[in-house]
Amino acid sequence: MGTFLVRRLIHLILTLFVVFTAVFLFLHIIPGDPAVMVLGGMDANPTPEQLESVRKELGLNLPLHIQYAHWLKKTFTGDLGTSFVHEYSVSVEVAKRLPRTLQLILPAMLLGIVFGVPMGIIAALHRGKIIDPVISVVALVGFSLPVFILGTMLVLVVSIKLGWLPPSGYTPVSQGLAAAVSRSLLPVSTLAVAPMAMIMRMTRSSVLETLSLDYVTTARSKGLREWRVILKHVLRTSLIPIVTIAGLRMGAMFGGSVIVERIFNWPGIGQLLLNGIGRRDYPVVQGVVLLVALVFSLINLVTDLTYAFLDPRISHD
Amino acid sequence: MTSSRLMRTSLPRMLRSPQLLFSGGLVLAITLLALLAPVISPHDPTLVSGKTRFAGPSMSYPLGADFLGRDVLSNILHGARTSLSVGICSVTIALVVGTITGLLSGYFRGWLESFIMRAVETILCFPTILIAIFMVGFIGSSLGNLVFVIAVVYTPRFARIAYASTLSIRENTYIESAHVIGAHTTRILLRHILPNILAPLFVQFSMSLGQAILLESGLSFLGLGPAPPTPSWGRLIDQSRRFMHLSVHGVAWPALAISITVLAFNLLGDALRDQLDPRLRGKG
Repeated sequence: MGTFLVRRLIHLILTLFVVFTAVFLFLHIIPGDPAVMVLGGMDANPTPEQLESVRKELGLNLPLHIQYAHWLKKTFTGDLGTSFVHEYSVSVEVAKRLPRTLQLILPAMLLGIVFGVPMGIIAALHRGKIIDPVISVVALVGFSLPVFILGTMLVLVVSIKLGWLPPSGYTPVSQGLAAAVSRSLLPVSTLAVAPMAMIMRMTRSSVLETLSLDYVTTARSKGLREWRVILKHVLRTSLIPIVTIAGLRMGAMFGGSVIVERIFNWPGIGQLLLNGIGRRDYPVVQGVVLLVALVFSLINLVTDLTYAFLDPRISHD
Repeated sequence: MTSSRLMRTSLPRMLRSPQLLFSGGLVLAITLLALLAPVISPHDPTLVSGKTRFAGPSMSYPLGADFLGRDVLSNILHGARTSLSVGICSVTIALVVGTITGLLSGYFRGWLESFIMRAVETILCFPTILIAIFMVGFIGSSLGNLVFVIAVVYTPRFARIAYASTLSIRENTYIESAHVIGAHTTRILLRHILPNILAPLFVQFSMSLGQAILLESGLSFLGLGPAPPTPSWGRLIDQSRRFMHLSVHGVAWPALAISITVLAFNLLGDALRDQLDPRLRGKG
């Protein structure tokens, strides 16, 4: 287990390094002079002297490998640079917004598991009866429904037509739990549907597979109650692929959260990214890329560890 | 088994699959509607008119008009052209590039294999929409750029499938025999390996088409799609949702169009997998 952990950590660092280098190269290959961007774009008509001083300030006049080394060193110490447009520290801004995005992603994943796993089990246990295809169709629709359509429709029905919940905006928990929950209910539900559908499908097929194994027959012929067989014997083995899919979905939800944050005007990482892109604010975009890569790799690591914990047969040496 | 034999043995059975017939028919119908859009659209999709603002359904505007008075049906038909052409171009490029890289790295192994597959794994571990947002954000969102970006994010999937299949096929005796009788490497790759790895690639192709269309409309929704006046489902929804309290035509119909299209491609991919993958045959 120890060597496995070390190997996975090395892998994590390598992945981050690759992402880092890719972002650096990408930014230096694409056309467009960052110095011009800082000075407000071509429309602002910057003078050559202004451009020169900005290049010096940003270190853009140095050779590429030295810029790379500088950037690497800065990033390693946790400094993601300063926004071109608003002059705030990207690290501080990102640290402020990441918890808000997690405030959407984590409850959504929880909802997905709480509803997805039982529904998947029910579908598997009623294979061939009417309830199984019904659940499968619900899963297929949930999986095919794009996040931006689902979110827009929820706003239309729940907020505009029924007037039950506010259509958009963010309230911090410090201003009252009820207000915070009512604001996050719609965005969280929007994000939860896709992972729920996937977890449901995965649970169904995984439970079906386990049900056909000999030890389940043994457990049943011992006279154990059915719910006990399902919960203690079947579910534990079936959990492994479920955990994997949940871990993978968790990463994908960062993508979904960009869309959800836009629909619901939620000031998280996704909005920061879109604003950064709209204003060509490269340090902000870079910062978000690196941060997401880091969080992502960590989630993958945790998924792998859970995996090993759930199934002692999996050897990592 | 060569590809022609694959088709011969599978076709009659495929025609008995109701899901395949249904989803295939749906995909065909959507493609036809997109192709015929300029002929069958009642109006110019970009035609703005103050008189028809938020107009309800009528003979001349069957699905109503949006906040600028543009005909919703015409925009949906023309939007289908944008979505389908971006999707088909990008996924075809991804299929070709991914198959070639996967085939080569699976056959020749060595440093090429480790380099390409490491890159593929790294790209695959990030969500496609995030990579696409980053890339479009940096290089801009012209139609050509969109095709390029979507092709880049989908290539690794094809590469990995082609790679894994090639790895198992190349161990077969008939590949060794081909070597022994002096067949050229190109011939082995194209005649003996490629036909045998096509089935899973076709399934992935259909699935990826639906997802690429979804990706394109998602990017358009975020304001990162093709610029106006190119009609686009995602942009139509994004613009119209700000007026949802006044009229829902501009949101509901394009949303339905996207959902049906994506569902059709997903169902088709599902049905193809059931038919082409012998291990799944007969399983629910």
